[in-house]
Amino acid sequence: MKKTNIFILVGVAVAIVGLIIFGFSPSDFSTYDTIGSAKNKQGKYVHVIAKLDKTQPIQYDAIKDPNYLTFSIVDSLGSQAKVIYHNTKPAELEQSERVVLQGTMKGDVFECKSITLKCPSKYKDDKKQMEKTVTDNEAPATNTYQNNAAEAKK
Amino acid sequence: MEFIGEHLLPGQIGHFFVILSFIASLIASVAYFTASRKTDILEKQSWIRFARIAFITQFVSVIIIFTVIFYICSHHYFEYMYAYKHAAKELESKYLLACIWEGQEGSFLLWTIWHSVLGIFLISRSKKPLLQSWEAPVMTVVSFAQFFLGMMILGIYFFNIRIGSSPFTLTRNELNFSNAPIFNDPQTGLLKKDYLALIADGVGLNVLLRNYWMVIHPPILFLGFASTIIPFAFAYAGIQTKRFGDWVKPALPFALFSACVLGVGIMMGGKWAYESLSFGGYWAWDPVENASLVPWLILIGGLHTMVIYKATGHSLRASYLFAILTFVFILYSTFLTRTGILSDTSVHAFTLDEETKHVTYTMLLLFLAAFTVPALVLFFKNYKKIPSINVEERTDSREFWMFIGSVVFFLGALFITAKTSVPVYNAIFNTHIAPPENVEFSYNKVMVLVAFIIGLLTAITQYFKYKNTPSKYVVKKIAVPTLTAAVTTALLVIFYPITYTKQGAGFLGAIYIGIFASVYAVIANSMYIWIGLNGKLKSAGGSIAHLGFGLMIFGMLIASGNKKTISDNRVTGINIPFGKDSKEDPLENLTLLRDVPTRMLDYSVTYTGDSLGAEDGRQFYKLKFVKKDSSEQFMLKPDVYVGKDELRSSNPGTKRYLTKDIYTYISSINPSNTKEDTAQFVVKELAPGDTSYYSKGYIILNGVIKNPNNEKFHFQPTDAALMADITLVNRDSSRYKAYPLIKVDYNGTDTIVIPVDDTVYAQNLYLKFAGVGNDKKVKIGIKESEKNIDYITLKAYLFPYINLVWLGLVIMAIGVVMSMIQRAKLSTVYAAGILIFVIAGLFFMFFFAGS
Repeated sequence: MKKTNIFILVGVAVAIVGLIIFGFSPSDFSTYDTIGSAKNKQGKYVHVIAKLDKTQPIQYDAIKDPNYLTFSIVDSLGSQAKVIYHNTKPAELEQSERVVLQGTMKGDVFECKSITLKCPSKYKDDKKQMEKTVTDNEAPATNTYQNNAAEAKK
Repeated sequence: MEFIGEHLLPGQIGHFFVILSFIASLIASVAYFTASRKTDILEKQSWIRFARIAFITQFVSVIIIFTVIFYICSHHYFEYMYAYKHAAKELESKYLLACIWEGQEGSFLLWTIWHSVLGIFLISRSKKPLLQSWEAPVMTVVSFAQFFLGMMILGIYFFNIRIGSSPFTLTRNELNFSNAPIFNDPQTGLLKKDYLALIADGVGLNVLLRNYWMVIHPPILFLGFASTIIPFAFAYAGIQTKRFGDWVKPALPFALFSACVLGVGIMMGGKWAYESLSFGGYWAWDPVENASLVPWLILIGGLHTMVIYKATGHSLRASYLFAILTFVFILYSTFLTRTGILSDTSVHAFTLDEETKHVTYTMLLLFLAAFTVPALVLFFKNYKKIPSINVEERTDSREFWMFIGSVVFFLGALFITAKTSVPVYNAIFNTHIAPPENVEFSYNKVMVLVAFIIGLLTAITQYFKYKNTPSKYVVKKIAVPTLTAAVTTALLVIFYPITYTKQGAGFLGAIYIGIFASVYAVIANSMYIWIGLNGKLKSAGGSIAHLGFGLMIFGMLIASGNKKTISDNRVTGINIPFGKDSKEDPLENLTLLRDVPTRMLDYSVTYTGDSLGAEDGRQFYKLKFVKKDSSEQFMLKPDVYVGKDELRSSNPGTKRYLTKDIYTYISSINPSNTKEDTAQFVVKELAPGDTSYYSKGYIILNGVIKNPNNEKFHFQPTDAALMADITLVNRDSSRYKAYPLIKVDYNGTDTIVIPVDDTVYAQNLYLKFAGVGNDKKVKIGIKESEKNIDYITLKAYLFPYINLVWLGLVIMAIGVVMSMIQRAKLSTVYAAGILIFVIAGLFFMFFFAGS
């Protein structure tokens, strides 16, 4: 084998090992959790899949502070948590069927960094929605709020 | 059963040609394949002639299919599902094409059309010396891809399994109308004969996509996708014909073409995201963006190994591998983005209904396998036969460092793929791995190092000669560019330091070495045009492309490294946050009350009102920016577009300068702005100097002015007008001025009294000059509105030197095109024509259009 080939192969091997260690460290991933399991991972960055707790008030006043939103979530296992989100209130929050929140649990309060909403009226290709649409002639809305502007862009 | 008002003929024609094109492409693949294996010239040629007829039939069919879809959509034939889903009567005609490639079927069709055009181009040039004798094997691959793409839009049932989804299905077959009583005949329970009259309008193009870029970006990107098949097909042809090295020369111009178009297509997506979608940037490492970047990176690697092979005979095996993998990753990217597998991690989410999802999933997996497996098997089976030079490459040769660069590109691509494919691992192993807290950083920390290595290699490699280089030669020539780059970077560090310190000193250092490498690449390559090429621009394509690449990376590092959130509460000093951990992230949203100036950077910004746009549901919000020293004043009008489907899209308002952009968008609007105002005016009689209270403070009547002539009003001494000069003092001692007025006019028959009210939006207080009382007193009406205070919440950023990113890209693309022209040995007339077209087109698209 040629010397340069060995050199290159060794270089590539080192680079790959380096990439795996550096680019795929635990901090490069997180997990999907329920409210309960997130509470057991205090301070860890997780994705929580839950529902808006409609029995609790949503607090948001853009004039007082546009970067402060609180609401509560519940999940199918019955766990409940309060959420604080330092950002504006997603316009479709109340209508959402499911929310995916990213952030960390601190005590019983979830400090949220990002909200993704799944709304009942879905994407264009959802036939059921379309059937409804035909009659009331009102097109369906998008599924996620957070970056719904980007969503449709392919 | 017949229905009133349906136009079934276009659909039948369309469906016929869908099937015809599918069969024709299968015939073309088989015929070309047979031709490629025949040794007898006459026999070979007759097979080729036959294959050509099939391919041209396929081409014509595809064009007809597209025309029919266009016809159906432009005539609003909502009996077709495709028209119902994507077209609408209210849709402006400039979006007619865009609405066709909005859907899966339409975008597959676009891809097919580009394959056909490239195929016809290859056939028409098959007599040229460069392409002679390659037609049969190359077109075998192209036709075979057409077969799969044709299958995607076939939409026929085969033993109860649906194959593909047709763009010509009927709305009444797709939707279940039995849930909708008004569509059904009460007597028979069946669909009404005149059901079509009940469908008033289609859903139409997604409002978020009603944008200039939606018209232009998909065709370019798909041309980029489609063109990657040509180098792949040539690599196959090299193995198939056992002319293992001959394919590189004809394939190289195509690879360059592909690199240019795909690169431009990807960055157009970035420009679109930056310009009209409000996620505050041009690149977010979204899986869908990554999926098209990966093949481009591999293609660039392949391009360089092909150049090495042509010059030295080295790196042929790598060229094969890269040409194959480029196309394989195009297919993989299609698989990722169109099966809905990414829907949890990507904001671009193609969500499909269950049946379509299943069908698409299987078919795309088949498509991917049908090209990947044979290509890799052929490659590894013939690996030993592919010639390679058994002479040591010297480390002072150009080819050695070029090869290292290609490998780095390839590793970068593998890294991105490995990260992007997490949802695939989750699907296979049933795991639940989620993206990290800071997705962008987890890519950037690695890619900034890739940029550093590539930048350095781009700068120095051209100063080496092929085979070997006298070291004195290199040192002598590269000394000046190296020094210049080092000095430039040092000056930059001192006078324009990077402010992005959130990820710590290590990353900041990485940004700086990345900046040095990119500056080095720009300077070394500009100088090389004179030092190495003596100013021969004709052969400077490579240097120009590298220069552009360096400039683009430089622009990215500067624009992202010094991006500033100017709506940050801490910058403006108002709205003290009450979350205690709020220091972690800047609080980027700022609420502006109507008519209350707020400081943002060196500007005083006032929300002065809103206005309706041309489209239904589009509202523009006027922001007045005044520079502190009053040297400059401008208006920005970000808008919020609420479609009839309640879908909200927020489009930025951007002030462009040569060296920076000020970028604003509305992040939240007052939800109940339309609430009816029921509060009444309370009239007080006040003499000048008197005060009166309201809930938040008191007002002082300073005086009454007759026929005022000031900033707001211009009356003549002969008019009859009275203006009250009022000061409001809030409990927090902030003061506001208000000038309600009353005037007497003669309208020809009667004298009429017209009050002109004034509003202090910040206090939500309305003031009316209600009339004149006794003893020099005047009647002032005070109303505290129950209507919510008018305000908007926005985000504003400052992007410095963003234009360098676009300029770098444009220069890079021009350089690549120059190389292509040179490698394809085009005549001067052709070359000049192409170059002028490309330069004009790129500058227009990236700097003038769309805004």
